[in-house]
Amino acid sequence: MSNEPRQRIQDSTAPSTDTREDRMGSGVDARMNSKLREAFGASPFILTKFDQFMNWVRGNSMFMLQFGIACCSIEMIHTYAIKHDVDRYGAGVPRASPRQADVMIVPGTIVSKFGPRMKRVYDQMPEPKFVVGMGSCTISGGPFQEGYNVVKGAEEIIPVDIHVPGCPPRPEALVYGILKLQERIQHGESSPVVVKPYELEEFGDLPEDELVQKLAAEIDEEDLVMRYNWADSP
Amino acid sequence: MSTGIERHETEEALAELIGDRLLERDDHLNAPGFVIRPDDVQSVLADLREEAGFDMLSCVTGQAYDDRYETIYHLKRYADPTREASVVVPTATDEPVSETAEPIYRAADWGERECYDLVGIEYEGHPDHRRILLPETWQGHPLSPDYDQDKPQIVTLSEHANPIQPDHRESDTMFLNIGPHHPATHGVLHVKTVLDGETVVDLDPDIGYLHRCEEQMCQQGTYRHQIMPYPDRWDYVSSGLLNEWAYARAAEDLADIEVPEYAQVIRTMGAELCRIASHMLALGTFALDVYGEFTALFQYTFRDREIVQDILEDLTGQRLMFNYFRLGGVAWDLPEPREEFFENVRDFLDELPAKVVEYNDMVTSNEIFQVRCVDTGVLEPEVAKSYGVTGPVARGSGVDYDLRRDDPYGYYENLEWNVVTEDGMDNYSRVLVRMQEVEESAKIIEQCVDLLEEWPEDDREIQANVPRTLKPDAGAETYRSVEAAKGELGIYIRSDGTDTPARFKIRSPCFHNLSALAEMAEGEYIPDLVASLGSLDIVLGEVDR
Ligand code: SF4
Repeated sequence: MSNEPRQRIQDSTAPSTDTREDRMGSGVDARMNSKLREAFGASPFILTKFDQFMNWVRGNSMFMLQFGIACCSIEMIHTYAIKHDVDRYGAGVPRASPRQADVMIVPGTIVSKFGPRMKRVYDQMPEPKFVVGMGSCTISGGPFQEGYNVVKGAEEIIPVDIHVPGCPPRPEALVYGILKLQERIQHGESSPVVVKPYELEEFGDLPEDELVQKLAAEIDEEDLVMRYNWADSP
Repeated sequence: MSTGIERHETEEALAELIGDRLLERDDHLNAPGFVIRPDDVQSVLADLREEAGFDMLSCVTGQAYDDRYETIYHLKRYADPTREASVVVPTATDEPVSETAEPIYRAADWGERECYDLVGIEYEGHPDHRRILLPETWQGHPLSPDYDQDKPQIVTLSEHANPIQPDHRESDTMFLNIGPHHPATHGVLHVKTVLDGETVVDLDPDIGYLHRCEEQMCQQGTYRHQIMPYPDRWDYVSSGLLNEWAYARAAEDLADIEVPEYAQVIRTMGAELCRIASHMLALGTFALDVYGEFTALFQYTFRDREIVQDILEDLTGQRLMFNYFRLGGVAWDLPEPREEFFENVRDFLDELPAKVVEYNDMVTSNEIFQVRCVDTGVLEPEVAKSYGVTGPVARGSGVDYDLRRDDPYGYYENLEWNVVTEDGMDNYSRVLVRMQEVEESAKIIEQCVDLLEEWPEDDREIQANVPRTLKPDAGAETYRSVEAAKGELGIYIRSDGTDTPARFKIRSPCFHNLSALAEMAEGEYIPDLVASLGSLDIVLGEVDR
């Protein structure tokens, strides 16, 4: 089979007439026949496992969540924007609502006040969902690890599939991370959760201790809270 | 102006004005410091404001000593920021209560809340005395001496409680949460709004979703090397060098370091490149906010940012977090071959005017844009001043204030450029100011490149000889600011004679600018709130620090 394209669309402004007939009559429209299809010849079937096929499709159609936190999000925007353009990999249209997204890039430092919010946003995403941790902050708290208010890594709150190290990672690095995630999704892999994350729980369910007693007047029993045990953080 | 203000030019005259309310003097390197009693705060500040013309409360610093707590009000004049005064208010450790300055300066509202939150000083009579950065349920005050950071904390996730509430008037009001995860808030800002129909009747920015303990980090780092990486992360929209300069200026003042002229020129050039990159992002995201322009304009501004970032990467070695300044100079000389670097910069500058025309065609003369921006989000100059608003936001309200000219540093004095102001006071003016500032920055860069090209080879000193370990004199205090991309970025440092600062306080322009949001948005439509927020060009990393 030659490598000649079926149709030349450059260098000509003449009206294109060669496919005019294809729409006529019944049956399969000849325009739909790709070169690939021709290669299959008379037996146009492929045999594959359904799971594999689904993962392949899933990996190539990632809907990112529009989610900016800190400095890394600037490089993330650059990754979406002109020049680096992750749209090339079918991952370039960020969704503003978590309900429409299936990949979350966590681009920055997570602090105590934001932790519960991030958990909530993550919980709102439909399964299967994936997380790319961008930057050192999502690995360990990064430069702010010793801060009194800083969560020591995104994994303390949500499971992370791919870590992209750097402070901030260059857009190229993020693209690489996204491609790695695609690969993993295509293979149907996910990362095991190795740390016990902080949970959102009802205040009434917390084991009673000094702190809980102190706050009892301020917080309702049913209010959702996240309890940070800083002393146990790595 | 009035002769009264001139009468109070000298320190003695100020001391006389304070009279017997003055307990003692506690001078800082940048300004005379007047120690007063906690219950004289309002009367002294009112006199300094009315009689001596200190119309700007630049910063409120709270700190804890072993034997006392202390609040410092750093005062300045918009007309002449080199005329400064510090009002120092000590309070006892067991009862850290002091009178609020909020009735005199609106800027004290958020400033004092922050001191309460982080240090634990209480302000009597404060209209809104609660935490500002940390969650409401936080225990303890992290920058106070007996704070234990390993204690557990509980943080709540409050739900969207009772959205529609009956009102005394005809209609009902609706409570609406914007953020903290929302595309229009430019990061993790949470704005609690109360709407009557589509009109905003009440608004409360809830910040602290990115409070990364920057001050604590700087207090743990050594002056010489460990602090400089952090400023890049305050205003992270490529304004790194501008922020680094704020720290460099304060620390160089504290340790009395002279910066070689050659390094000053490089600093000036780098800083202005950062300003262009930062204003480009402001423009792109603002267009995105007000008329959903994601395909053309947003991408155009990012195209230009990429060029600037490439130049900055050549210069500093990093795209975003430069860590390029050193105390006493810069880390390294211009990249070799120098001609190529100059050519890159010149190419960018040559193309810029055409691009600016293009931006003006697409944005400022766009009808939809004008409808959204002209006469919305009005901020009167007097209101702006009382909130301590600075930067393009102040200049868009006709406040002619730019530290590069008014309190010169670096090489700005020797270059030809103008301070841009607009008197529209609205969202549109703020965009115009930024657009023109890009052109002014380009002028500055061009002159710097001319200078650097001609600079004799044997005189290219990039760093002063600074001791390996810096230990400024114990008890030295200074407050220094520079004109960052968003306005006046000030640093207060107190040294205790060791190689790390005893107190490191960051005066963030975005923090003050954001505090004026309610003035701009209340009574306006909700879409105008989004436009006003965008035109403030805040960066949450700097608001929350
Ligand atoms: S990893 Fe570095 S660049 Fe990224 S959010 Fe953290 S501090 Fe900022």
